[in-house]
Amino acid sequence: MLKEAIILAIRAIRRNVLRSALTILGIVIGVAAVINMVTVGSGATTQVTNEISELGGNMLVIRPGQRRHGPGGARGVEDRFSIADAQSIITNVAGLTAVAPVSQTGRQAIYGGANWSTTIIGSTNGYLTVRNWYLAAGRVFTSGEEKAGADVCILGNTLQRELFDEQSAIGRNIRLGKLSFRVVGVLAPKGQSSFGTDQDDLVIIPLRTLQRRMAGNTDVQTILVAVNPAIETSQAQRDITALMRERRGLRTDDANDFHVRDLTEISDTLSGTTAILTALLSAVAGVSLLVGGIGIMNIMMVSVTERTREIGTRLAIGALERDVLLQFLVEATVLTSLGGVLGIAVGLSTAVLFCDLIGVPFMFRADIVGASLLVSSGVGIVFGFFPAKKAASLDPIEALRYE
Amino acid sequence: MSTPFISLAGISKIYGEGAAAVRALDDVSLNVQQGEFVAMMGSSGSGKSTCLNILGCIDVPTTGSYLFEDVRIESLTRNQRAIVRRHFIGFIFQGFNLLNRTSAIENVELPLIYQQVPSKKRRLLAQQALASVGLEKWANHRPSELSGGQQQRVAVARAIVGKPRVLLADEPTGNLDSARSMEIMEMLTGFNREEGITIIMVTHEQEMAHYAQRRIVFQDGCVISDSADQAS
Repeated sequence: MLKEAIILAIRAIRRNVLRSALTILGIVIGVAAVINMVTVGSGATTQVTNEISELGGNMLVIRPGQRRHGPGGARGVEDRFSIADAQSIITNVAGLTAVAPVSQTGRQAIYGGANWSTTIIGSTNGYLTVRNWYLAAGRVFTSGEEKAGADVCILGNTLQRELFDEQSAIGRNIRLGKLSFRVVGVLAPKGQSSFGTDQDDLVIIPLRTLQRRMAGNTDVQTILVAVNPAIETSQAQRDITALMRERRGLRTDDANDFHVRDLTEISDTLSGTTAILTALLSAVAGVSLLVGGIGIMNIMMVSVTERTREIGTRLAIGALERDVLLQFLVEATVLTSLGGVLGIAVGLSTAVLFCDLIGVPFMFRADIVGASLLVSSGVGIVFGFFPAKKAASLDPIEALRYE
Repeated sequence: MSTPFISLAGISKIYGEGAAAVRALDDVSLNVQQGEFVAMMGSSGSGKSTCLNILGCIDVPTTGSYLFEDVRIESLTRNQRAIVRRHFIGFIFQGFNLLNRTSAIENVELPLIYQQVPSKKRRLLAQQALASVGLEKWANHRPSELSGGQQQRVAVARAIVGKPRVLLADEPTGNLDSARSMEIMEMLTGFNREEGITIIMVTHEQEMAHYAQRRIVFQDGCVISDSADQAS
C-alpha cells in the first residue's frame, strides 16, 4: 500500500512539475539557508579554533592590572612582575610545561641597506615552547646567553625575508636600533593570525638583554605559561592566582591587581558568537519552513479539490479513509522531502563556493544534513495532514457528483 | 423463493430537516435474488439513484433495514461499508470515472490494490478482465486516448476484476451512442448469464431496460411497479 502510494505521489507531482517546483521553493530555500550557514559557520569556527591552538592551545597570560591614581588621576599600571615572579611560578606551580617572562618594545632592524620596523620580544627559550613555535634554522639561546643578557637574537620569518631575502641569516650581525645583535636562529613561519596581524614580524632576544640595554629596568610586562594538556587550565589558573596574591602581599579582601587569562576564553567567546548567529539563522530558516509548509498545505488543498471525483471513485470501489489519508499524506511528504533534498544540494554547493570565497575550510555536517531531511519530511506530514484528512472524510456520493 | 440475496425493508431516505426536508425514498421494500439482472427506472428525482447508492453501501438509509446476504448494512461503520464495497460490489458510473493520466490496465488494477492482491497477480487479473471486455490491446493507453465506449468498457473491467457478487450500474449508457450502448449492454448481459453476477442498473432508457429480466419503476420515492420477464 505504501509503495503504491509513493508511486502515485510521484506521478501526481510529475503531472504538475511547475506547480510542484514552485510549491517546494520555500522548503528548498529554508533548507539551503540552514545547510549553507551551518556548514560555513562550522568551517569558520574550526579555523578560529585551529588558530587559537596554534597561538598556544593551553596558554595562560599573566598581566598586571591597571590602576587609577586617585580621582581624576592618570591611569597607570600596578606593580609590574619581575623575573623572580616567573621563577617562583616555575618552582611552586605544578603541571606547567613552560613559563616565559616577556617584555616587548619596538625597534628598527637594519642589515646592510635593508631596514624594517619590528617588534622586539625579550624572553627566554620558554617563549618558543609556550607559543608552540619551532626553529626553521639555527639554535635557541644557551642558558649562558639568557643569564648574561648576550647580544644574540632569533629572527621571525618576516625579518629573515625582508633583511636577508634568500641568504642564510645565521651568524650575521644585524642592528636593532643602535645595538648590534648576532643572529643565532630563525623561526618557522606561522603566518597571519585570524585578527590579521603578521605573527612572523618579530625578533626575539634574551629578556635580560632587553631589560638592560633597551628598557633600562627590570620589569616583566607579561608572563606566559603553557599548561600540561593533561591538566585542567583552571586548576593552574587558581594556583598561579594564589601564588601571585601572596607574592604581591594582597589581603584576603583585596581584589586581584593582575589577571590570569586563558586563551580558551577567547575561543569560547568566538564560538559563542557563532552559536548565536547560527541560532538566529535557524530561526529565520524555521520561519521559511513554516511559510513553505503553509504553501504545501495550500497546494494540497487545491489538489484535493481538483481530484474530488477521483477520491469519490476510490472510496466507492473500496478505499478506506486511511488509504486516502495515506495517499495524500505521502504525496505531501514526498513533495517536501524532495524540497529537502534539493535544498541540501543547493546549500552544500553554495557552501563550497562560499567557503572558498572567504577562505575557511569546508566542513560537511552530516548531522545537519540528516536533520534537514527529517525536518523537511516532518513539514510534509504536519502540513499535509489537514488536506489529507479533508480528502479522507469526503462523502463518496458528494465527491462522485462533483463537477 | 429462496432467501433473498439483497433485501431492503421499509427504507426511507430523508434529506434536510423540518419543513425543508425532502423524502428521496419513502418506505421502499424490495428483494433481489442471486443472479438477477434488475433495471431501476423512473424520471429524475424519483429516487432510483438514491436507492442504488444505498444498495452500493455508499449511502445509508434514514430508516429501514438493508440485509446484504446476512449482513445488516445499516449497523456498519463507514470503514466497514468500504470493506463490503471492496470485496462484494462493483460500480459502473455514467461518467466512467476513470483516473486520468493512468493507463487502462492501472485503472483496472485499482480495486485489487485495495484488496491487497500482490502486484504480479494483480497485473494478471487485470489483463484477464481487460481481455473479457475486448481491450487487451489497449492496456497501456490512457483514458484520454480511448473512445467513450472503450472507456466504459475499461470501467466495466474495473468493476468485475475483483469478482464482485453484485454489479451496480448508474446510467452506464447515458454518455454513449446507441451502438456503443448496445455493446455495453451485451457485455453486462454476458457477465450476468455466464458468471452469474447479480446486476442492478439504473436507467431511464426503455430499450436498455429490456436487457434486464426485471424492471422496477420508481416515482416520488416509491416503487410503483415491479415486473419480471416470465420467459427467463
